[in-house]
Amino acid sequence: MCRNADLQSLLSIDDLTVGFSRPNRSISAVRQVSLAVAARECVAIVGESGSGKTQIFMAAMGLLAGNATAQGSVRFEGAEILGAPPPQLNRIRGSKLTMVFQDPMTSLTPHLKIGTQLAEVLVCHAGKSWSEARVAARRMLERVRVPDPARRLNQYPHELSGGLRQRVTIGMSLLCEPLLVIADEPTTALDVTVQAQIIDLLRAMRAQIGMALVLISHDLGVVAGLADRILVMYAGRIVESADSAELFRHPQHPYTAALLKCIPSLSGPRLERLPTLPGQPPQPGDPLEGCAFAPRCPRAAERCQAERPLLRDAADPLGSGITRRVACHFPLSS
Amino acid sequence: MSSLVDDAARRLRSNSGAMCAMFVVAGVVALALFGPWFNPNGSETLDWMHVASQPALQSAHWFGTDRLGRDLFARTLEGTRVSLAVGVVASGVSLLVGIGYGAVAGYVGGRTDHAMMRVIEILSGLPLIFFVIFLTVIFGRSEYLLFLSIGAVGWLTMARIVRGQTLSIRRREFIEAAVASGAGAARIIVKHVIPNVIGPVIVYATLTVPQIIMFESFLSFLGLGIQEPHASLGTLIAEGAGEMEAAPWILLVPGGVLAVLLLALNIFGDGLRDALDVQER
Repeated sequence: MCRNADLQSLLSIDDLTVGFSRPNRSISAVRQVSLAVAARECVAIVGESGSGKTQIFMAAMGLLAGNATAQGSVRFEGAEILGAPPPQLNRIRGSKLTMVFQDPMTSLTPHLKIGTQLAEVLVCHAGKSWSEARVAARRMLERVRVPDPARRLNQYPHELSGGLRQRVTIGMSLLCEPLLVIADEPTTALDVTVQAQIIDLLRAMRAQIGMALVLISHDLGVVAGLADRILVMYAGRIVESADSAELFRHPQHPYTAALLKCIPSLSGPRLERLPTLPGQPPQPGDPLEGCAFAPRCPRAAERCQAERPLLRDAADPLGSGITRRVACHFPLSS
Repeated sequence: MSSLVDDAARRLRSNSGAMCAMFVVAGVVALALFGPWFNPNGSETLDWMHVASQPALQSAHWFGTDRLGRDLFARTLEGTRVSLAVGVVASGVSLLVGIGYGAVAGYVGGRTDHAMMRVIEILSGLPLIFFVIFLTVIFGRSEYLLFLSIGAVGWLTMARIVRGQTLSIRRREFIEAAVASGAGAARIIVKHVIPNVIGPVIVYATLTVPQIIMFESFLSFLGLGIQEPHASLGTLIAEGAGEMEAAPWILLVPGGVLAVLLLALNIFGDGLRDALDVQER
């Protein structure tokens, strides 16, 4: 396995395995994943539902369900946070390391006014007084381009539209000038036009605050313009990791290539049916011999059934400087 | 938090039914507290000239008298006072203990939850009447003992309800978001869980008051609660039930007060639920 010995990285995850125990069997959602996020970097994790992309960061934030077990190591600023006691986690969660959730309809507490919820973060973490915190909350709403922030502070979450609520949750995650924001499908629950606005907002806030950003998504289109680096996940493992532009230009893993083919093109000939990937991803409980993608892979050979390909450094034809990694016996060459 | 209360008060004021009910409850409470000052008859004075006389506004006894010649108006007021006190104190105790216990059990979950719920099952398995008899034998009969023994049992159901609500709220995303924002368990329970379970809890609490009033009258009937010459609505009704054919007013006066009080409490509780629950507007 590759080890992230790099001490510069803000968040480094080593050999992380997340499993869930069910009454009659156990399920692995994440299998020996290693990754690192450097300060000020934007990394996107892409994969379909159930590929384990969210669970990696649930484990890092200490949010795993009661029946989950996590092994491996997650270090934030060099300190181990996997399985750390809640009081230790609470010193970094919400201030240095924050999270934006998928559904802004449900991730705000329904009975508290927006202003109170925003201010509470500052009262809790920065030790500000409530009145100072409310002023700071108003300023943050302005920064995340919420119109008429003074009025919004006194409204309840249900009085705001989905897009506005997501702006509020993004604002909340930025209140303490975090080092790393984890955005778990921040645009999935929103309209397409609002999605673009939220992505714009994330880009602008990154320019202003300079935090690192982990963007979890199942939509390559959403992450394309924002991410420096993209990690593609399949069945609980990272199958490809590359510079964002590189990945789109020259996918090396057949799964990535197939995903890219599924994005309809605006300029090409109009297709009767959108291309799809044949077959189903493996169930999380299935035993996996060999490559998990082999049953759906056009390039699969005997070796793929028997031997699991390791994530290893791949050719970097353009010399982008960012190490490319791919987990495939027969990667597509450019 | 105060803003939540302000908003709830504003919404409650716009609900005319609930406001009516609130004034009825307030009226009954005021009458129970201050009525005796305006009534020339004491609740324990016997008027041998008017035994079991009918209600009549021009006579000295507005609501009539019972068969010992005691003024029914005075006795009903005393009964209402005692019943309300038992109901409010005991449901207050059950509210405080039940919310705290249930929210902690539901939020912490796992083994703690298991252990805490088994304690509740053991307590609710105890035969209540024996429990009350034991307490009476040990400490002697008093109203405070009645408060204590009813309150000690009343919180069990409340704790179960709060735990159930907490379990359903605990896996909601906003709790996850609060955990991810670094809020500790105590803060989450107090600020994010309890206000969200308060709706059903308030409704249950307003239903507990009548239940407790009923239970008190049951205990009094067995000789374990309020005893002559003191009165509660329950003892008055029990007394009136015996004279139902000859002198129905002895039953109807305290029964009517109880019915009005319970109805108003229920409507008020419903209005309070609507006012407190931001999501259901």
